Amino acid sequence: MSLVAPGHPLLELQDLHVHYGAIHAIKGISLSVRQGEILTLIGSNGAGKSTTLRAISALVRASGGRILYRGHAIQGYRADQVVGMGIAHCPEGRGVFPAFTVRENLEVGAFLRKDREGIEADIETAFTRFPVLRQRARQPAGTLSGGEQQMLAISRALMCRPALLLLDEPSLGLAPQVVQTIFAIIREINRAGTTILLVEQNAHMALQVAHQACVLDVGTVVASGPAADLARSDEVKKAYLGGH
Amino acid sequence: MTASPWAGKAGALRPGTAAAATAGVTPFAVGLLLAAALQYAVGPAVGPFFSDLLIKIGINVILAVSLNVVNGYTGQFSIGHAGFMAVGGYAAGALTYYTSMLAWGGPQVQGGVFGVGSALFVGACLVGGLVAAAAGWAVGLPSLRLRGDYLAIVTLGFGEIVRVLLQQTQDVPFTADEARALSPVEMATHLGGSLGFSGIPFYTNLFWVWCFVTLTLLVAYRLKESTFGRAFLSIRENEIAAEAMGVDTTRYKVRAFVIAAFFAGVAGALFAHKIGTTLNPRELGFMKSFDIVIMVVLGGMGSISGATIAAVLLTVLPEALRGAADYRMIVYALMLVLVMIVRPQGLFGIREIWELPPFARRRGR
Repeated sequence: MSLVAPGHPLLELQDLHVHYGAIHAIKGISLSVRQGEILTLIGSNGAGKSTTLRAISALVRASGGRILYRGHAIQGYRADQVVGMGIAHCPEGRGVFPAFTVRENLEVGAFLRKDREGIEADIETAFTRFPVLRQRARQPAGTLSGGEQQMLAISRALMCRPALLLLDEPSLGLAPQVVQTIFAIIREINRAGTTILLVEQNAHMALQVAHQACVLDVGTVVASGPAADLARSDEVKKAYLGGH
Repeated sequence: MTASPWAGKAGALRPGTAAAATAGVTPFAVGLLLAAALQYAVGPAVGPFFSDLLIKIGINVILAVSLNVVNGYTGQFSIGHAGFMAVGGYAAGALTYYTSMLAWGGPQVQGGVFGVGSALFVGACLVGGLVAAAAGWAVGLPSLRLRGDYLAIVTLGFGEIVRVLLQQTQDVPFTADEARALSPVEMATHLGGSLGFSGIPFYTNLFWVWCFVTLTLLVAYRLKESTFGRAFLSIRENEIAAEAMGVDTTRYKVRAFVIAAFFAGVAGALFAHKIGTTLNPRELGFMKSFDIVIMVVLGGMGSISGATIAAVLLTVLPEALRGAADYRMIVYALMLVLVMIVRPQGLFGIREIWELPPFARRRGR
């Protein structure tokens, strides 16, 4: 697949639809994530944020529209094939493998890779980024705190060296201080060259780190634009940032 | 940096098949020696009753360890393992019985432990395994595409279908002439019906049973340590996350299921050729499947040593409690309830006995 220059679209959704049985969860979403940027999807519960990510990573099937990655339509591929293309999904609720040790979790993240040295180097990178993970390397992931599990989940998703990282509610259920750490790391990962599609309910934090933002409501995009502009928009403030 | 249980192997996520094969030779040789020792030293020393018990133990170890690949490693819930045992047992039994009839005029055992008859028998065991594996593929492919409890329902149904079909078969011919009059297709429909398939030559002995036990244990262990095993276990840990990591979950679940069905078929073949067996559809019904599930749950879902020890315990126990045979299922049920309360992850959980204290040195924090 061709390389995408910075600023050009890495991922595009064109009129995406998803149905869960009779429920029309995503009703024609179009958006574009540019190479090197963080785009955040914000919106309330049930707006379709997580479903959008699941459709991109083929965990659910899109019922209509197109998903373009590097200019190629990727809907119809299996989830494991999508990972192979360089799209990593860090699922909601962290989804670490509880009985596996921290290290084993990271190794599964590199499931599709064969380069032994590269994998070891990336585990080392993860340990440097989150020193607590190195301390807990041999501990079952289920015994980690929520914040540590989130750090592990993000590190594990990066183990396949994705071009595009789909992050689903990384701040969910975490203490405010831990949220700060996580967001700082998200920014750092992005600076290191990974494009990020970030789903958040914590719109305030998300709009601070993101370059672009889309506001979803019941399956449609109701506002989009540069994150800084949306953060100032009265409508968005009123609906998602808790007034004033 | 400290070493994890998989350290060193960490990079060997995809070990070469050649390297894996060489590394497997030594333990297999040890297994063969042990099997020979059981056959020629232990067996004669302990007499026929205990030899039979050791054979039963071996067969149950194969069943428990193979079911563990599905129920333990991938966390799916199959409750039809005896169905695959029946498929393999009948396929192998029919193969040796009818071949013996046609080639030697009767179902008598030909040659010794390494005689021509044993060659036929070992071949039949492998064929039984392959037929069961094919059945496993046919059952697994549609039902494993779905998440959830569908597999339990489908495997339960499969076991019952196999039982009912086998009960519908015709009587087995008792003479070579009668056997010769049957076409191969007719042979497949003359399997003894509900009265059972009697007359299968008694080829099963300690040596061959424990050879297959060795094979099963080695395959199960190598699987667990390989990329395959990592994929299996990650599905059990969190299926959606496994999929998001690039594991083709359906394919790996089907693979686990087919491997398990193969060894269930081999176990069925060993059972079919055992002294004192009349291969009977009723014996390989739901109760037998349930016995095997209990062994896996008791031993620890995912632990090979756990499944092995539980299989030994649950084979010896009924013999020890022979006087109270009527209460066996009550004892089993109580035991399961007790284990679920005291140790819900089973005796060993996901780990092996040597990875647990006091056997393992306490490492890390």
